[in-house]
Amino acid sequence: MANQDATPEVAPKASFFNDPKIRGIFYQVLVAALVLSAFYMIAVNTAANLERQNKSTGFDFFWSTSGFDIFFTLIPYGRASYYWEAFLVGLLNTLLVSVIGIFFATILGFLVGVARLSKNWIVSRLAMLYVEILRNVPLLLQLFFWYFAVLKAMPGVKQSYEWLGAIVLNRRGLYLPAPQPDDKFIFVVIALLIAVVGSFILRHWALRRLEATGKRFPVLWTAIGVIVLLPLLAWLLSGTHMTFELPVLAGFNYRGGLSLPPEFMALALGLTLYTAAFIAEIVRAGINAVSSGQTEAAQSLGLKDNDRLRLVVIPQAMRVIVPPLTSQYLNLTKNSSLAAAIGYPELVSVFMGTTLNQTGRAIEVVFITMLVYLTLSLSTSAFMNWYNARVSLVER
Amino acid sequence: MHKKLVSLALAASMGFTATAAFADTLEDVKAKGYLQCGVTGGVAGFSAPDANNNWTGLEVDYCRAVAAAIFNDPDKVRYTPLTSTERFAALSSGEIDVLSRTTTWTMSRDTQLGINFAGTMFYDGQGFMVRAADGISSAKDLSGAAICIEQGTTTELNAADYFAANGMEYNPIVFVAQDEVFAAYLDGRCDVYTTDSSALASERAVKTSDPSEHIILPEIISKEPLGPSVRQGDDTWLNIARWTYFAILNAEELGVTQANVDEMLGSDNPSIKRLLGVEGDFGTPLGLDKDWAYNIIKHLGNYGEMYERHVGPNTAIGLERGINALWTKGGIQYAPPVR
Amino acid sequence: MANSDLVFVRQEISESKPAPSTVRGPIAWARENLFSTPSDALMTILAILFLWWATPPVFNFLIGHAVWPGADVTGADCRIESAGACWAYIWDRMNFFIYGFYPRDPAWVDQEGFFALVMSYWRVNLVFLIGIVLLVPLLWPDLPYKATNALLFFVVFPVIVFFLLNGGVFGLPEVPTEQWGGLTVTLIIGLVGIVVSLPLGIVLALGRQSKLPIIKSLCIMFIEIWRAVPLITVLFMASVMLPLFAPPDVTVDKLVRALVGVSLFSAAYMAEVVRGGLQALPRGQYEAAAAMGLNYWKSMVFIILPQALKHVIPGIVNSFISLFKDTSLVSIVGIFDLLNTVQSANSDLNWGSENQAVTGYLFAALVFWIFCFSMSRYSIFMERRLDTGHRS
Repeated sequence: MANQDATPEVAPKASFFNDPKIRGIFYQVLVAALVLSAFYMIAVNTAANLERQNKSTGFDFFWSTSGFDIFFTLIPYGRASYYWEAFLVGLLNTLLVSVIGIFFATILGFLVGVARLSKNWIVSRLAMLYVEILRNVPLLLQLFFWYFAVLKAMPGVKQSYEWLGAIVLNRRGLYLPAPQPDDKFIFVVIALLIAVVGSFILRHWALRRLEATGKRFPVLWTAIGVIVLLPLLAWLLSGTHMTFELPVLAGFNYRGGLSLPPEFMALALGLTLYTAAFIAEIVRAGINAVSSGQTEAAQSLGLKDNDRLRLVVIPQAMRVIVPPLTSQYLNLTKNSSLAAAIGYPELVSVFMGTTLNQTGRAIEVVFITMLVYLTLSLSTSAFMNWYNARVSLVER
Repeated sequence: MHKKLVSLALAASMGFTATAAFADTLEDVKAKGYLQCGVTGGVAGFSAPDANNNWTGLEVDYCRAVAAAIFNDPDKVRYTPLTSTERFAALSSGEIDVLSRTTTWTMSRDTQLGINFAGTMFYDGQGFMVRAADGISSAKDLSGAAICIEQGTTTELNAADYFAANGMEYNPIVFVAQDEVFAAYLDGRCDVYTTDSSALASERAVKTSDPSEHIILPEIISKEPLGPSVRQGDDTWLNIARWTYFAILNAEELGVTQANVDEMLGSDNPSIKRLLGVEGDFGTPLGLDKDWAYNIIKHLGNYGEMYERHVGPNTAIGLERGINALWTKGGIQYAPPVR
Repeated sequence: MANSDLVFVRQEISESKPAPSTVRGPIAWARENLFSTPSDALMTILAILFLWWATPPVFNFLIGHAVWPGADVTGADCRIESAGACWAYIWDRMNFFIYGFYPRDPAWVDQEGFFALVMSYWRVNLVFLIGIVLLVPLLWPDLPYKATNALLFFVVFPVIVFFLLNGGVFGLPEVPTEQWGGLTVTLIIGLVGIVVSLPLGIVLALGRQSKLPIIKSLCIMFIEIWRAVPLITVLFMASVMLPLFAPPDVTVDKLVRALVGVSLFSAAYMAEVVRGGLQALPRGQYEAAAAMGLNYWKSMVFIILPQALKHVIPGIVNSFISLFKDTSLVSIVGIFDLLNTVQSANSDLNWGSENQAVTGYLFAALVFWIFCFSMSRYSIFMERRLDTGHRS
């Protein structure tokens, strides 16, 4: 800015130091120098400290034997496995619990969010109670509650709850029958895929036809029919046999079947319930954001109720809902790292806990862990930007 | 010097505490007037806060002994409770001066973490605890069991080795905090709780409502020499740490106790004279007073007395001396002579 | 027009009758809000059934069969088969939950009575008192001297807290941070987090909005990296890596390390909230400030930030709520906050009973809930007050 000196005759000329460009460059050089020197100091200190502590560094530990076991793995793993396999086990466990948590939290969150907007007084109060309680208590505390307090209330192995001789619930977790497909089962999977793709094509065609002729086509029922019938047909024709492996009490514990340990259950439950409270609020805000004028306009066009929701309200609400929803998904994934406190072997527990301790390579391990989360986060942001670009209103 | 002043000023302004260069821990400890000692979050008999929040236990007594040797005052100690996972970082960063936290002396720790072990205060081994109701009598019956383990310990690796060697399956449930490990075992999440057998006895005595409901299996599956450790690169400090421990062992061997230490000053035995600083001066080379060992014994007694006081047969923990007896009594505790 | 056919003329106004019950009153309300459609009615019945099934056990556990203070201190009452929550245990260990291992003043320790108990922890209680005295006027909307008050609370108060609790000056015995604990530590972390992260967040947000490429990219990097990683990894980093980053002759207090981690982490989130406010301001405000001939800092401090921050007060308070909930994570890195004291008291055998752990967690949940819920209500209240209709 020019100087505001009281000498109006002469046009004031900005002095060298007041030139915004020069200033900008000066500030930036200053900040860059500060940041760089801070990094340099950190690097020097770290090097000196590592030198002093006589610690070995480098990523070579990835290819050495880990020597510890993990009780819940999606891939084969044992004490003779390498550290990179341990890392993979942790990463897969994180992803597993996140996917399951996201799936259930979304369903529950939408239900509760819609319930809060319900005209029914009791239902909306109950939903509000749920949201206000769950949202204002730390997740870690909730996880401890589910894990330590509820675990105590479960029966011991010998007194397990059993249903139909196939589902077992006790202090050691939930045991489900594990389906054992044979090699012909692949035909059923292919049929299912074809049915799903076919349904999407059908929906597209029905919409086009509706816009062109105004004739309706019962898409939903047709799609459900196709998705059920086609795999069933494949099942009967291919002659596949599905057997179930049942959990059986053997020695200390039930063996066989699909077992979900309590750590996993507590974490999935805690993450689901906690995140659902936030999703409910997002859904409520999204639906409220669609102005009532839109609803009235749709009604005045003579749209039916479900069409009004499907074609007018929901698409507009989704535009508001999706961005915060994706960040909730990301939060859920990040929050799964709290499992370190209740012993579920996910990335932070296996890698930043056990591996870091057994190898002593703090810097490398922390760096890689952060890189994993950074990747997840950046891909989420990329998706969100793409979505926003796709749905953003084209203004005239 | 200028750089040091700057870093001191920076540190003071940010709530950091600058300590003098690591090369001289003793000077640093004398300057601040207390010893900072890393202990467990609570293993009764070794290091745990009592009802009045005073730390007590065998390992705490070791810290108090070092303080007695330096200051002639065993109370000039501050304690930092540490989890297994953070203990070595706390030591190498200078947050604590000595780590006395049921830490197993292993080669990789000794050679890769920048620390030195001062000795073996307690020869231990890893054991298993199960509920009496389960009817288990041997570790060989543990196939398929769920086992509660603390993260970042040798325990975790030993268990993996043992079960692999015996071709048994098991489920390790790993927690960060010791309290949580034991809580999960008591809640019935695990069939077995495993850690060093001394700690098994301690937890059983203090943290269960009825100790007879739990049995410790006879198998000991590892060597766990537990001892205090210090940072590498400060030999004087290592000597103090090491000889504090040797002094209390020698005192027991020579029959010097807290009760008789004053009359022992007049003893004719040259070994006792040297230990108590009556003859020769063994304190100055350590950077301590001549009567450093006398001060330790006067305040805390000898190794045997400490053992009796905190973990011996007459305490709730009730551990026999076993291999921790002196070499003269069939054990393996053996200290080089003061001369 | 006289009408001679009149037989009867009412001389006074008749009493007004209440509206029919189908239009107003409880029955009408129920019809409107509970049974307006068949599906609505079905939902209501299901909800009532659910309440009928869930309420009695919950009520009995929390209140009906609960063991209240004054019960047998050996915990025998809590070990009865039918006993509910063991509130007596919470009451008995309350000191520990509030103050952790903080040493009591020897002058008051041996005396009996509630007053002596309060006085024995006078240092911590004085901190609480000063905090309340400074905070209440700050939150009260119409009181004057807001700026002075804010300065006192955000700058002077933390210093007072440090000297009072840490001691070592004015003849107060020094209390190392290892001995601080319980709710005190939770509140300290919350306070410091708020005090550090708000200004830092504002600076980061301004940097991210800046036109200077280097500053902008540095701020974006800082914000995105912190927002991408879970807080627990940040705290692990703070406890494992900070000692490595520090010069070899500097050690950092454990609590300070956690504070650094929490503050930086929250600052990144705060920055995004503030940025939302900056972006919501119409361009005209920036241009008007420039037209007045104000330089960058003046236009920011006097024109832009006051409006932008006002817009995002709810967002800021939500960040504070998250921060306060996140303080519980420091228990994982071994700091004795409220959650950690509850965890460790749960293994207290004197009170050992079936419901001990549940009661402890419920108590901690209640404390956190009270703080967070009041913050969120306050934020809604402020939002309504500040709604000056300038929402663009």
